[in-house]
Amino acid sequence: MKRNAQLTGFASAIRISSLSDEFKHPSTIDTIPPQSKKRKAAEATVASDTLSAQRSSKRIASAAAVKEGPPTPLTTGSPMDSDDEFMSGMSSDEDMLQESDNDDGSADDFGFDEPEPDLGYSQKGAVEKQEKRKFDINYKVYHPEDIQAQQDDLIDEVNMILDIRKEDAAILLRHFRWNKERLIEDYMDRSKKVLEDAGLGPSMTGPPKLEVIPGFMCDICCEDEKGLQSFAMKCGHRYCINCYNQYLGQKIKEEGEAARIQCPADGCKRIMDAKSLDLLVGADLQTRYHELLTRTYVEDKDQMKWCPAPDCTNAIECGIKKKDLLRVVPTVACDCKHRFCFGCILADHQPAPCELVKMWLKKCADDSETANWISANTKECPRCNSTIEKNGGCNHMTCRKCKHEFCWMCMGLWSEHGTSWYNCNRFEEKSGSDARDAQAKSRVSLERYLHYYNRYANHEQSAKLDKDIYHKTEKKMIQLQSASGMSWIEVQYLNSASQALQTCRQTLKWTYAFAYYLGKVNLTAMFEDNQKDLEMAVEALSEMFEKPVQELADSKLKVEIMDKTSYCNKRRVILLADTADNLANEVWTWHPKDLFDYFKS
Amino acid sequence: MASSQKRISKELAEVTTSPPAGIKVSLVDDNNVHNWNIVMDGPEGSPYAGYLQGGKFKLLLVLPTDYPFKPPKINFKTRIWHPNVTFDEHGSMCIGILKPEAWKPSSKILSVLTATQNLLVEPVPDDAVETTAANSFKEDRAGFNKTAKEYTKKYAK
Repeated sequence: MKRNAQLTGFASAIRISSLSDEFKHPSTIDTIPPQSKKRKAAEATVASDTLSAQRSSKRIASAAAVKEGPPTPLTTGSPMDSDDEFMSGMSSDEDMLQESDNDDGSADDFGFDEPEPDLGYSQKGAVEKQEKRKFDINYKVYHPEDIQAQQDDLIDEVNMILDIRKEDAAILLRHFRWNKERLIEDYMDRSKKVLEDAGLGPSMTGPPKLEVIPGFMCDICCEDEKGLQSFAMKCGHRYCINCYNQYLGQKIKEEGEAARIQCPADGCKRIMDAKSLDLLVGADLQTRYHELLTRTYVEDKDQMKWCPAPDCTNAIECGIKKKDLLRVVPTVACDCKHRFCFGCILADHQPAPCELVKMWLKKCADDSETANWISANTKECPRCNSTIEKNGGCNHMTCRKCKHEFCWMCMGLWSEHGTSWYNCNRFEEKSGSDARDAQAKSRVSLERYLHYYNRYANHEQSAKLDKDIYHKTEKKMIQLQSASGMSWIEVQYLNSASQALQTCRQTLKWTYAFAYYLGKVNLTAMFEDNQKDLEMAVEALSEMFEKPVQELADSKLKVEIMDKTSYCNKRRVILLADTADNLANEVWTWHPKDLFDYFKS
Repeated sequence: MASSQKRISKELAEVTTSPPAGIKVSLVDDNNVHNWNIVMDGPEGSPYAGYLQGGKFKLLLVLPTDYPFKPPKINFKTRIWHPNVTFDEHGSMCIGILKPEAWKPSSKILSVLTATQNLLVEPVPDDAVETTAANSFKEDRAGFNKTAKEYTKKYAK
C-alpha cells in the first residue's frame, strides 16, 4: 500500500510535534457540538493553525479537481481531512503527495468529510472554485473581539458625524437597532425627539459625577446620613450610591439587562449609559454589563445570530432573508465545528427546508400517530420470534438464537438486500382502489407517515449507536497503537469513518422527512435513487465499522473503510446538490400541493 | 436590610396616618413590617360596591426582603369575580405596576394600592388571568356585573 507507507512516513513527524491534545480529542473534523469547554479549548488552538493551512491546500485541490473528470468512487486516495491538514503544513514532498492525491479526482469537491471548513471561505473561494456547491451559502463567523470592534467602529462613526458623546451615540445606535443610516437621518430631521425616544431626554452639561449634597435624602432607602454620596443622570432623579449599586446589580446579574436599564425613578425612561454605570458599580458588574451589551448587538441585528452550541461565544452573519427559506437551506458551520441552520437555529437539517422541518417535528411530537410506533422499539425475529433489540447502527440483523439474517427496516431477508434490489427506502403508494374507501385512505396515510418516520427515527437512533461504538473503538485504537506499534495517524481513518457516518445519517434522516412531504414526480424517483445509494453506502460502512478491533487493524479492511468513507461523503454531496438545486429552482412538488402556500402569502 | 426597614416604616406611617379613601392598612404581625393586611372597599360604581354597605375585600401584601428593588406581592384573600384576579384560594392578581420590568425602586406601595382600586373600577380583559370572567366581561357585561355582584354579596362581607 503506497499510501499507507507514506502515511507512516509522516506519522513520525507528527509524533514529534506531539499533538497531545489532538490525541485525546482526535476530532479536528468534528461535526457535533462540543460537549465540554475543555474539549473546545483543546480544539481551538489547533483549528486556527490548520484552517489557514487548509485554505491554501484547498485552492490547489480544487484547481486539480476541476481539470479531472467525474470522480471515481473506488479511489485509493480517499482523503481524510486530518491527513490533508497535516500534510499541508509540512514539507514540499508531502505537498506533492497531496496534489497527486487530488489528481485522481476524489479530493476537495467530494472528499471532505464535511463541507464546513471551506464553506467559510466560499466568498473568496468562489473565484478559484469553478462550480460552487449548490447548497453552499455565504456567511461569516465572528469571534467576541470582532463583534466588539464592529460596535466600536459604528459608535466612533456616529460620534464623529453627529458630534455627540460616545455613550450617547451607543445608546442611540442600540435604540435604532444598529441601523446607522436611519439614526443619522432621523437625528438630522428631529434630534430632540430622537434623543427623548432613546431615553436621552433634555440634557444638562458636564460629565457624570458622584456628589454629596447637604440635606439629601434618598427616595429609595430613605437614608439621609451626612456625607451620603448620591448620583443623578441627566434627568435629575437623584439617589444614593448604595441604592444605585443594588439596583444595577439586580438588573445586570439577575435580569441580564444592559442596553435598556432605565433610571430608577418611577416612570422615567432615561437610559443608563456606560460611563455613568462604570462610575457606580464595581469591576465585575462592569464586565458583565459590557458582555450583555455585546450580546444585544448581535440579537438586534437580523443578519446575525449566536452559534447555539453550548458555551460557544461566536456569532454568525448571513444575508439569508426569511422569504428565501423555501428555496435555500442555509446551513452554516461555526468555528467551534457546530453545524446548524441559520434560518431556524436547529442542527443541520439539509436537505429539508425550515418550514418543512417545523411541520415534521410538530407532526412527530403529536403522539396520536406515533404512539403505536414508539412502543415498538423492539422487533421479533421473522423466523423464530425471539424479541430483538438493535445494538448497533447497521440494519443487517443476525438473530443470535436462530442465526436468521434479515433487514431491520423491512424485516425481509438480508440476502435480497445486498445485491441489486434494495427497495427499503421507498414507500409504494397503495393503488387507487384502496384510496376510494375513506377508512383505507386514512390507513394509507398513517402507514405512509410511519414508513417515513420509521426511517427518520432509525437514522437518528443509528447515529447515536454508531457514536457509542466509536467511543468504544477509540479506546481500543489506543490499545492497538501500543500493542501493534501502529501510529496515531494510522488509526485516524476510524475517526473519519465515524464522522462520515454521523454526517450522512444526519442528512439521511432529513431526507425522509423531506420525502414525506414530496409529491410524486419524475424528480422524486431520482431523489429516491440518490437516497438509496447513500443509504446503502452508509449501511455498508456502518457494518464494516462495527467489526472487532482485531479485524479493523487489517490493512485490507482499512482501505475498504477509507474508500467507503469517501464514497459516502461523495454521495451525500451529490444528494444535497441535487435537492438544493431543485429547491432553488422551485421545481419540487409537495404533498399536499398547497403545503407552503401559507408561507408564500 | 436596614435600608429597606427604614423605607418600609416610612411608607407604612404614610399609609396609616393618611390612608387613601376606602383603604385600611394594618400589620399582620406588629413585629414584622413585611406583611400587611389590606381591607379595600369595593369602589362605588363597580359591581363590587355592595348594596347597603360597601363590599369589603381583604388583601395580603407581602414585601420581599429586597424591597424596594423587587416589587411587593399582593393577593386577594376575599374571593372576587374579576378578569384580572384568579377565582381561587390564591386570588393572584395581574397588574402592570407589579410586573418586574415595570417596577422601579422608587415606585410606592401607595401607587400599588390605588392601582388595585382602579383595576376594580376598570378591569383589563386583555391581560386576563380568569378567562371566563374576561369573556363574560367583554361579551355580556350585564351578566358579568350580575355574577360579580352575587359573589361580592356572598364573600365580601
